[in-house]
Amino acid sequence: MSLHLTRVSLTHANGVQALRSLDLHIDAGEQVAIIGPSGAGKSSLLNVLATGLRPGNGELQVLGEQPWHLSARQRQRLRARIGLVHQAPPLPPRQRVITAVLAGKIGQWGLGKSLLNLVHPLDVPGARAALARLDLHDKLFTQCQQLSGGQLQRVGIARVLYQAPEVLLADEPVSAMDPVLAGHTLKVLCEHAREHAVTLVASLHAVDLALAHFSRIIGLRDGQILFDLPASAVDREQLDALYANEQLQPSPPPVLPLSVQIPRC
Amino acid sequence: MLSRDTRDPAARPRLLLSLLAIALLWPGMRLSELDLSVLLASDNRGEMGRFVATFWPPAHGAEFLELLWQATLQTLAIATAGMALALLLAIPASLLASRALSLSAASRAGRPSQWGQLLRWPVRGVLIFLRSVPEIVWALLFVRAVGLGPTAGVLAIAITYSGMLGKVYAEIFESVDQRPAHALLQAGSGRLAAFSYGILPNVAAELLSYTVYRWECAIRASVVMGFVGAGGLGQQIDLSMRMFAGGEVASLLLTFLVLVLFADQLSRLLRWRLA
Repeated sequence: MSLHLTRVSLTHANGVQALRSLDLHIDAGEQVAIIGPSGAGKSSLLNVLATGLRPGNGELQVLGEQPWHLSARQRQRLRARIGLVHQAPPLPPRQRVITAVLAGKIGQWGLGKSLLNLVHPLDVPGARAALARLDLHDKLFTQCQQLSGGQLQRVGIARVLYQAPEVLLADEPVSAMDPVLAGHTLKVLCEHAREHAVTLVASLHAVDLALAHFSRIIGLRDGQILFDLPASAVDREQLDALYANEQLQPSPPPVLPLSVQIPRC
Repeated sequence: MLSRDTRDPAARPRLLLSLLAIALLWPGMRLSELDLSVLLASDNRGEMGRFVATFWPPAHGAEFLELLWQATLQTLAIATAGMALALLLAIPASLLASRALSLSAASRAGRPSQWGQLLRWPVRGVLIFLRSVPEIVWALLFVRAVGLGPTAGVLAIAITYSGMLGKVYAEIFESVDQRPAHALLQAGSGRLAAFSYGILPNVAAELLSYTVYRWECAIRASVVMGFVGAGGLGQQIDLSMRMFAGGEVASLLLTFLVLVLFADQLSRLLRWRLA
């Protein structure tokens, strides 16, 4: 059993209940897509699975261990085996693409090797190979701030491919890409997962992409699982129920980069 | 209706704040015994005028220039050595005092745990203590302890500046986007590695420019400390002033101007390289 949730609930600091007593089992090597309306709790679920958020109630088991019962050091060691692709990859604007990709392995490297890699990239072929699968190998030495949103998402994916985790989680990994590129990128993710027997869980807002690339589809709504079916068994009716009465809400304002003026003494 | 539309709701607070500022300024002037009329009294004016008149031409004898060169080098050396020692203490202290390295914050939506907050306070306290005593006071103490000379200046700068650098570094670390570092911590990396990959690239330019600015301040501070016998240009200015050698003072002040200009250009160059 690769991922195991038992009656997991999560309430955010602002009082919003994101997950309600969720049960979920995902076996090693499975490829699962999570779909649902915005605000359904897809990101929260993935962050809980990535041990990025601690659930309020219930039991979480990842790769046979209970992350929140481990010591901080052991939890970091477990986290190095889990990879999370962020929707908007948090990368420092001035960092070079190669450093951003190689940073995938700093959980497995010691501090000395990590710091040396910062001043002199130690594995250029490795980073190039990861980027080449996503057709981005010509951007190896450019700064992240010179890339578009879709290119940044691919850098984020390349980082996780380079990390080579045992559980690969992806939060809307292709949301900023055009349909053709999105399909290609998902195919690369699925192929990687198949080749290395990696458990893959991705949240997607494009239902057709989910149905085309994933064998198991989970419909999430209001922090609860509405359906959990093989892709072939998902029909129109269920999708209508999943997205029914979706309140039209404006998208959240973009997070402005913080620029705080430090008073100097 | 009309009166409500013509009234600016911010007008009254602004007026009150201006009056309050003036009301606070007046006792301040009285307490500091500021009396500008002293400057205009004829005998004082004459005294100052005579001293300033001796500023021209600036002294440029070979022997004095040699002395000036030595003093300049000493001032630069005091400032640089003091900054180097200060960095030795400031860098670890800023990492300890900053919330940017908090492992718990990464899985609590940016809020560090209570224990972490408690442990950061003693470090902040040490930094406050180090910078609360002005460097000139430390210099006076060290001149007693290690005798006249540059060593006292170096130690005084090291102590005060480690407090300032540590505090401001810690705040710079916290002021940038923390998500890159949190993402790395969530991928299992250690704190220092996450810091150097996630935060350092964002703060490098700011850190560098602040450090160069502080180095410039250290040059100025080392001059001031020269007056209490801690070597360098300051000691030379003190001697020249006592001998009413206006030309020498002028040369020393000009050197000083060049040093600050140099620091300014250096900062600009480094920022341009990193931007």
